[in-house]
Amino acid sequence: MKNLHSEILFNRPVNDRYWKMAVDVTALEESVRPGQFFHIQCSDDWRNLLRRPFSVYKFDRRTRILEFLYLIKGSGTQALMKKRPGEMLDMIGPLGKPFSLPAGDASILLAARGVGVATLHALAQAVPAEGRRAIAIVSAQKRDDLLAVDDLRQSGAQVYAVTDEDGTSTMDQVGKLAEMLIEDYGISAVYTCGSKRLAKLMQNLATIHNLYAEIAMEAHMACGLGDCYACACPIRKEKGIEAVRICSEGPVFPLRQAVLS
Amino acid sequence: MTWRPDLSVKISKLMLKNPIMPASGTFGTEMSPFIDFNRLGAIVPKSITLNERSGNKGPRICEVEGGMINSIGIQSKGIDYYTEHIIPDFAKYDVPLIASISGDTIDEFAILAERLTGIDRVAGLELNISCPNLRNNGIAFGMDEKTTNELIRTVRQVTDKPLIAKLSPNVTHIQDTALAAEKGGADALTVANTFLAMAIDTETRKPKIGNLMGGFSGPAVKPLIIRLIFQVHQVTSLPIIGSGGAMTGQDVIEMILAGASAVQVGTANFMKPAAMLDIIDEIADYMMRHHIDKIADLIGKIDLE
Ligand SMILES: Cc1cc2nc3c(=O)[nH]c(=O)nc-3n(C[C@H](O)[C@H](O)[C@H](O)COP(=O)(O)OP(=O)(O)OC[C@H]3O[C@@H](n4cnc5c(N)ncnc54)[C@H](O)[C@@H]3O)c2cc1C
Ligand SMILES: Cc1cc2nc3c(=O)[nH]c(=O)nc-3n(C[C@H](O)[C@H](O)[C@H](O)COP(=O)(O)O)c2cc1C
Ligand code: FES
Repeated sequence: MKNLHSEILFNRPVNDRYWKMAVDVTALEESVRPGQFFHIQCSDDWRNLLRRPFSVYKFDRRTRILEFLYLIKGSGTQALMKKRPGEMLDMIGPLGKPFSLPAGDASILLAARGVGVATLHALAQAVPAEGRRAIAIVSAQKRDDLLAVDDLRQSGAQVYAVTDEDGTSTMDQVGKLAEMLIEDYGISAVYTCGSKRLAKLMQNLATIHNLYAEIAMEAHMACGLGDCYACACPIRKEKGIEAVRICSEGPVFPLRQAVLS
Repeated sequence: MTWRPDLSVKISKLMLKNPIMPASGTFGTEMSPFIDFNRLGAIVPKSITLNERSGNKGPRICEVEGGMINSIGIQSKGIDYYTEHIIPDFAKYDVPLIASISGDTIDEFAILAERLTGIDRVAGLELNISCPNLRNNGIAFGMDEKTTNELIRTVRQVTDKPLIAKLSPNVTHIQDTALAAEKGGADALTVANTFLAMAIDTETRKPKIGNLMGGFSGPAVKPLIIRLIFQVHQVTSLPIIGSGGAMTGQDVIEMILAGASAVQVGTANFMKPAAMLDIIDEIADYMMRHHIDKIADLIGKIDLE
C-alpha cells in the first residue's frame, strides 16, 4: 500500500449519474486485487476534507492502468468529476482484503445492485484467467443505470440485467433467477455488493445450496487504514457479534458473517 | 554544517525532540508504512479502557464543513491486550509513549494508571476525562471542576508518571477546570478534546451520527482552540498541549504563540498520513525564516503590545 499521486488518463461520464476514471499506477509494485479499494482525496476543498473509498473497477496488470466507476453522489464525487486528464490524483491503496475463490473451476455468481457492480466487475474481469466463468445478476433502478453490463460481457461474464423500471427486480424474481442459474451453471460461489435485501437473499440461497459466499461491505471511513475505528460495523464472529473494521478487516467478508437486518 | 533550529520541548519530565505528536484515536501502527514514527515528538495511541468495549453504532463519523464529527465510543480491547500488544508494538520506536486512558468511573482511571505505572516504556499518562461520547448527552468528567479535581487527585495517588489532563472544551469557563486539574496534581494539560456537535441529513431528516451527537474536530475548530489555549495559559504555568485543528506548521506556531508547548495532530492524519512530518518540516522552515533558535522560546510569545 502506498500514498500515490497518479496521473489521470481519462475521466468521463458513462451516463448522467455515473462516471469512469482511469489512472496510471505504474508507481505501484504490488498487485491490485478484486474487492480492494483506494482511498481518494477528491479535492483540496475543506468541504471534502476526508478521503472517499472507491473500489477497483478494472485493473490491467500489463499496462498498470486502474479504473474506477463512480456514482455522482455528493460534494466529493462532484469534485472528482471536475478532474481533468493529466492532473494528479492523490490516493492511498490498494487497501482492504480482496475477494477469494473456493478451489476448483466451477462458475461463480455475482449479484450486484446499483454501484455495487463497480466492486464486482473487477472479480468478473479476473476469473477467466483462473479458468472459470462469472455469471452476473445486475440490478438497477432504471435501464439507464445498467452501466457495467457491456464491460461485464466484454470480460466474458454472462449477464442477467434486471430493473425496477421493467418490474424484473423484485426479490421474488431475482431469487427464482438465481436458483435457476445456480442449477444450470453448477455455481460453487456467490459474491454480492450494493444492497442489503439482495445480500439477504443470497445469504439464504448460499445456505440452502451450500455455496461459498462473500459480501463487499460499505461504511463511512476516516483513515481507511485500520487505525481509527470509524468504519467498524457489526459482523457475526465465533464469539458473537463484534464491531469489525470494514477498511482493514474487510471490505470483503464471508456472507454468512454479515448482519443484514 | 548547516544550522538547524532546536525543536525540542519539555512537557513535565518528558523531553520531546519536537512539539508534534498524534492526537489519541487518530493514529496507530497501520500508519507506519507512511511515516517514520521515530521522527515524532511523542506517540499517543488510542485511548484505552479497563475492559473490552465494542464502541458505538454507526455511522460513527460524518464530514462537515471544515471538519468532522466522530462518535467512535472508544472501541477498545481492554488493558491486557494493550499491555501485551499495543505497547510492545510502539516500544521499538525511540519516542516517548504517552498512554491515553479513559474510564466510566474514577476507579477505572485509577486502576488503569496503576497498571501502566509498572511499565517502563510508558513515559506519561494522558487522562481522557473529556471524551464527549461516554456518557448520556455528552456529559464527561471534564465538564465539572469538582469531578475533574477528584479524578486527578485519585489518579495522582497511584502513579508518579507525568499526568496530562485532556480538558473538555465544552465548558463555560475552561480556566476553572484547568485549575481544578492543576490542584489535583496534573503535570500538564491537553487543550482540548473535541466540541460536542450534531448534524442532520436534510433529505432523510435523520441524524448523521448513529449516536446522535459526537465530537467536532478539524481545521474549523482551530480559532476556538487558540482562544482556549490562550485562556488556560493565562491562569496556569503548567505546560499545555494544543489539540484541535492543527493542519500545518503555521497552525502549530499559532498554538505555541498562544501558550502551547506541544501540539497534537488528529484529523490531518486522515487527509494525509504523513501530515505530521510535513508539519515538523514547516515548523523548522518558519524558525529559519524568523531566525528562531529554540522553539521553546516561542511559547506564549503572542505580541499583545
Ligand atoms: C469499500 C468501499 C468501496 C466503494 N466503492 C465505490 C465505487 O467503486 N464506486 C462508487 O461510486 N462508490 C463507491 N463507494 C461509495 C463511495 O465511497 C461514496 O459514494 C462516496 O464516498 C460519496 O462521497 P460524496 O462526497 O460524493 O457523497 P456525500 O454523501 O456528500 O459524502 C459525505 C460523506 O459521507 C461519506 N459517504 C457517503 N456515502 C458513502 C458510502 N456509500 N460509503 C462510504 N462512505 C460514504 C463520504 O465519504 C463523505 O465523507 C464505496 C464505498 C466503500 C466503503
Ligand atoms: C476519529 C477520532 C477518534 C478520536 N478518539 C479519541 C480518543 O480515543 N481519545 C481522546 O482523548 N481523543 C480522541 N479524539 C480527539 C482527538 O484526540 C483530538 O483531540 C481532536 O480530534 C482534535 O484535534 P484535530 O482537530 O487535530 O483532530 C478522537 C478524534 C477523532 C477525529
Ligand atoms: S476508517 Fe479508520 S479504521 Fe476503518
